[in-house]
Parts: sequence; C-alpha cells; structure tokens
Amino acid sequence: MPLFLRFYLERERAILGTITVVFFLCFWEGLTRGWWADLLGPVLGSAAARWRISPIFLSSPTAIARTAIRLFSAGEIWNDLRVSGLEFLLGFVLAIAVGIPAGLAAGWYRRFCFAIEPFLSALNATPRVALLPLIIIWVGIGIWSKVLIVFLGAVVPLCLNALAGVRTTDAKLLRVARSFKAAEGRLFLTIILPSAVPFILTGLRLGVGRAMVGVVVGELYAATAGVGFMITVAGASFQTDKVFVGVVIIALAGVLMIEALARLERRFETWRPKVGAAT
Amino acid sequence: MPVKLEAQRICLEYYQPRTGRRLLALDDIDLAIMDGEFVSIVGPSGCGKTTFLNVVDGLLPATSGRILLDGKVVTEPGQDRAMVFQDASLLPWRTVLGNVLYGLECQGIGTRPARQRAQHFIEMVGLQGFEHHYPYELSGGMQQRANLARALVMDPQVLLMDEPFAALDAQTREVMQEELLQIWRQAKKTVLFITHQINEAIYLSDRVIVFTTRPGRVKQSVTIDIERPRKLAVKRDPRFLQLEDFVWNLIEDEVRKTMLADRSSRGSAEVGPPDSGV
Repeated sequence: MPLFLRFYLERERAILGTITVVFFLCFWEGLTRGWWADLLGPVLGSAAARWRISPIFLSSPTAIARTAIRLFSAGEIWNDLRVSGLEFLLGFVLAIAVGIPAGLAAGWYRRFCFAIEPFLSALNATPRVALLPLIIIWVGIGIWSKVLIVFLGAVVPLCLNALAGVRTTDAKLLRVARSFKAAEGRLFLTIILPSAVPFILTGLRLGVGRAMVGVVVGELYAATAGVGFMITVAGASFQTDKVFVGVVIIALAGVLMIEALARLERRFETWRPKVGAAT
Repeated sequence: MPVKLEAQRICLEYYQPRTGRRLLALDDIDLAIMDGEFVSIVGPSGCGKTTFLNVVDGLLPATSGRILLDGKVVTEPGQDRAMVFQDASLLPWRTVLGNVLYGLECQGIGTRPARQRAQHFIEMVGLQGFEHHYPYELSGGMQQRANLARALVMDPQVLLMDEPFAALDAQTREVMQEELLQIWRQAKKTVLFITHQINEAIYLSDRVIVFTTRPGRVKQSVTIDIERPRKLAVKRDPRFLQLEDFVWNLIEDEVRKTMLADRSSRGSAEVGPPDSGV
C-alpha cells in the first residue's frame, strides 16, 4: 500500500471531518466576502448578487474569530462565562444529588415509586421552561432562577434513567447475592448499582443537554449576565458576530461535556464486550 | 454414614395472579442424603427440580414441611450450603477472581485470607491464568468452572448444583463431569445435583432420584452401584446402559403425561410456574 494511502486510512476519521468543516467555513466566509458572487457573476449575471450576503446578516468565520479574540482579551466575556458556568454547575450538581438517589430509591422501593410517580410524569411531560415566569416571580432574575430551571431540566432524565437501571437488574444476579446472604446494603452496592451505571450515564448525557437548554433559555428570558444574556443583548443590537461567539461557546461546552462523559463511560465499561459494526 | 441433609414432607404451592389459581409445584417430598453422598434429581422439565433446590438453599420458603441439615431446621440461605447456578450467573463487572471472592466478601472475610482461598479454588477448577478475565472473555465451560469455584470457596458442607452443565456443548460437558467427580473426591462434599440428562445423573451419582411430572413428587430412588472412581468409558458399560434404560423408563411415562397435560391445557391459557421462580 502506498505510504500516503496508509497515512490517510489510519487517520480517516479526523481527515474527513476536518475537510468537511473547512469546506463549510470557506463557503460561509465566501458568502459574506462575495467570493461566490464574483465567481458566478459571468454565468448568472445580475442574479449572482444573491450569493453576496451582508456581514451584519450572516457574519463570517473570520469576523467571529476576531470578535472572540477581542471579547476574551478585553475581558468583558469572562463574567458572562463565570455566571453561566456557575448556574450550570450548581443546577446540575443539585440535580445529580437529588435525581440519582431518588431514581435508585424509586426503582428499589415500589411504594416510594408510586408516591413520586405523579410528579415525575407531570414534570417530564411539561417543558420546564414554561415554568420560567413563575420561577422568576419566586426567586428573581439572579442566578438562582437559572439554577432552578437547570435543576428541573436535568433532574427528570437523571431520575428516570436511574429508576430504569434498577428495574432492569438481572434477577439471576440478585438470586446469587441472596444465596450468599448478602446484606441489603451490599446487595445494592455490588449488584444494583453496577447494573444501573450504564443507565445513569445515559441519564447524565441527556441531563447535560437539558441543563444547557435551561441555562441559555433562562438567560434569554431574564438575566443580568451570562452567555445567554450576552446573546440576547448582542442579537437585539445586530451584533451577529457576538451572537455567534456565544453560540460557539455553548456548542463547545456541550461537546466537551459529552466527550468527558463518553470517557467516563469507557472507564466503566471495561467488562463489557465491544459491540458494533466492523467498520 | 449419618444423614446430612433431609427434606421432610416438603410442599410448595404457587399463587398465580393471572389466573387466580393456586398451583401445586412440589408435593410431599421426603428425601434424605447421607454425608458425602452424591445425589442427583432427574425428572421431566417443569417438574419442580429447580424449585426444590431453591427450597433447600432457602431462597424459596416451602408452603409446608422442613429442611434439616445435620438435624437442624434451616429456613434461609447459609454458609453450610452453596449453590452452583444454572447459567453461570457471574457478575459481569467482576473478574473471575472478583466473582470467586464475592461470597467471601458477603461473609465479611478479610481480603488477604480470602484471596489465598480464592486462588486455591481457582486452581482446583483449572482457571489459573484467567483470574483477571471478565466473564465475557471466557467460554461457557470456563464460566461454569468459575461458578463452581465461587461455590466451593465458601467451603460449604452441601453443594447444590442446578443443571450446571446444561448449556455446555457435549464434549465440554463430559470433561466437566469427570472433573467434577475429581473435585468432589478431593473436597469431600455432599452434593445435590439437578439435571435432565439421565446419563449425566447416573455417571455422577451414588443415587438418582426420579421426580414425577408436576406436582413434583419422588417417584423412585435408584441406587447406582457402579464402583468408583469412574472413567468416562463407564458410560458404555452394559451395566451403565441397563441403569440408563431403567431410569429412562421411569421418566418416559412422566414425560408423556406432561405432554398430554400441555396439550389438554392449551387454550385454557394455563402456564406453569417458572422452573426457577424466585
């Protein structure tokens, strides 16, 4: 096999991904800079003007990058990042602390499940952001309204998945533990919890998504600082570059967290056979 | 030889919520097993063999009757009995060593002595070198070896084995049978072994108990007077074949009854209790 071909095949995933992203960015840059309009002019005539789009309308990768550098070096964005991060962290940690134990307990104790089920179903069916006006009346427009909405968003998938994890525990393994006279606590730690781990991780992944929505929508609705707030203000004053900087930050944060969770998952899954198509 | 394990008039009734009926699974089972004896129970599928084993282990409460071990009544699982489960039922997130250690951990035995003991039994069942493998990395036969080591490491007086080789291919099963006899001789345990394979029961046992179809009852106890140690070749011995024939005749009636019962109850949507219901 030729050397360059082997080089390509070994890194196919990274190379293909990079190429499509670079093409996309070039296409976008070209739209605001009028590359495509100039290129198509001889063919399409006046209709080619459609391929030139105002930077205020669409912005462009380089403009976004310039704005990002300016925002980060001037330091005005750090406060927004700190506020949004804090809201996310507090809300999500709170959701983990409440949702996972509650879900595990509901999976194990039937009566507890019956008791909390109505709330869980109602909360699951309602878009949590519908509660924003109430939450703002109750706790104001400071960070706590966002912490609460993040909590409400993430707690449901965390709880439901932990519950499902307990429910799907293999009855045969429980029988083994009972046969060895495992105490209730040990049975929980050695059989139930390990079986529930994949479900809990799924819950965390879904929870991250819901929590991100909570932070951004909460800040769009009412806030005094934060990345979502920055986006609203920038959007209202036609600073499309700045809006995109906010969007990119949110997207990056989401991707990073999902990637971190995937790492965590791989750590927990060493005992599981690998499944999947060969290529 | 003193009686080690005794079942006295064991009855077990199931309540079926779906049909609202009570179903008799075990009917008046009397059984005495001597110290160091290897006893197998055979019977048509669904006759309650596994259910009976669960009662002996203490996982299922009998509706009436009692289980005595060394003359003392037992009602719940204990260190004196250990179960070798049907499908290996190893904890998939633990290595072979971790699985073998599991029972000892449940008894609160310290890590260092537990590890030495575990290592001894892992070697006894021929799994040395696989201590740190996860169950999915093992073949079916190796998983059953680990399952056996997990029970042996508890140093029980009675080993309860629930069709442990049923899921294995024929060759592996034969080899495992021979090895089980060697281990039994070394470890000097009383064994109660459940199987649906007649020649497995005869090859392994001092005595074969034939169960009737549901409700499970002791139909006959057949003493296997083939001298030990037994080689696998003994299975082709005329005496062995005669015994096999004899036991098969006892079971054949029962199997036919089961099939007839199944046919007549089809449509009335009656389904028996799961063989391994806990």
